[in-house]
Amino acid sequence: MLQVSIYRYNPEVDVEPYMQDVEIDTGGKDMMVLDVMELIKAEDDTVVYRRSCREGVCGSDGVNMNGTNGLACVTPLSKAVRKNKLVLRPLPGLPVIRDLVVDMSLFYAQYEKVQPYLQNHTPAPAIERLQTPEEREKLDGLYECILCACCSTACPSFWWNPDRFIGPAGLLQAYRFLADTRDTATDERLGRLDDPFSVFRCHGIQACVNVCPKGLNPTRAIGHIRNMLLSRAT
Amino acid sequence: MVTSVTSFGRSGLYDWFVQRASAVILLTYFLFLGWTLVSGVDYSAWKALFQQTWMRVFSLLALISLCAHAWVGLWTVFTDYLTQRLLGAPGSVLRLSAEAISALIMFTYLIWGIQILWSS
Repeated sequence: MLQVSIYRYNPEVDVEPYMQDVEIDTGGKDMMVLDVMELIKAEDDTVVYRRSCREGVCGSDGVNMNGTNGLACVTPLSKAVRKNKLVLRPLPGLPVIRDLVVDMSLFYAQYEKVQPYLQNHTPAPAIERLQTPEEREKLDGLYECILCACCSTACPSFWWNPDRFIGPAGLLQAYRFLADTRDTATDERLGRLDDPFSVFRCHGIQACVNVCPKGLNPTRAIGHIRNMLLSRAT
Repeated sequence: MVTSVTSFGRSGLYDWFVQRASAVILLTYFLFLGWTLVSGVDYSAWKALFQQTWMRVFSLLALISLCAHAWVGLWTVFTDYLTQRLLGAPGSVLRLSAEAISALIMFTYLIWGIQILWSS
């Protein structure tokens, strides 16, 4: 039997959050953490969490498993469980709505700040704006982000300043558009990032890189942004 | 764009650059001091070293770098932990007090350091 400790909080009923211990029979199978959560919900349907595609594409079920953020649907028990114990908590640093569901408003507000859409005011060509394969390659490792918030909520700088530091997820997208040869708003984008908080609260500890379920590297993207700011200002 | 009047240069890039540049100066200075001490120095040689203008300039540069480096670093720590967000209303009072005390200490050490360097 797998020992699971799950974070419970229903603000309508509970005065404060508590950890609920449950035993789950996994039948010795190396299932995904989401499967265990489904088994828990089958026994107690008051347990609440977000899920949708269950295959690491939608980014809904980002949770903290034994202290590490990740997507429950693509994290096998063999990777998450230690000493037959699994501790499930909501993503840290964001307000909890109920149980494992967090309020992502701050996260989305930071994403919105980087204006994550292509900006080009030159007349549009007849068919499409072309890129060479080399120019397109620059977007690899950037466009794949699914906004699950595992990275930003693993970042201490984002915990302390979620309203001022854009965070790894937002900055990865900021660089995605800075690196895009079809985008012509590079200077305006950089101008909005040159303050002591938006980018420079990153101290390069790479907690974001460590947890990204898509294997992306926000720290490297942030380094590129800093280099762009530096070459623009010197 | 998040602006702040208490950061060192009001630009994140500027603060970042100052911290890196001052770190290089401090490393050079302390390596030099360490090398001088390790290679054996008596009181008169030490005094003679600090009576030379280039050493005074180098020391003052290191002292200014230390102040700038400390300000950028401590300001970052204060704006991480001593905030209204984490501590409620007293957060801003605590942060401004901590910043004022740090600034006063740094300023005092800077002036005192100049006095020591150019005395005798």
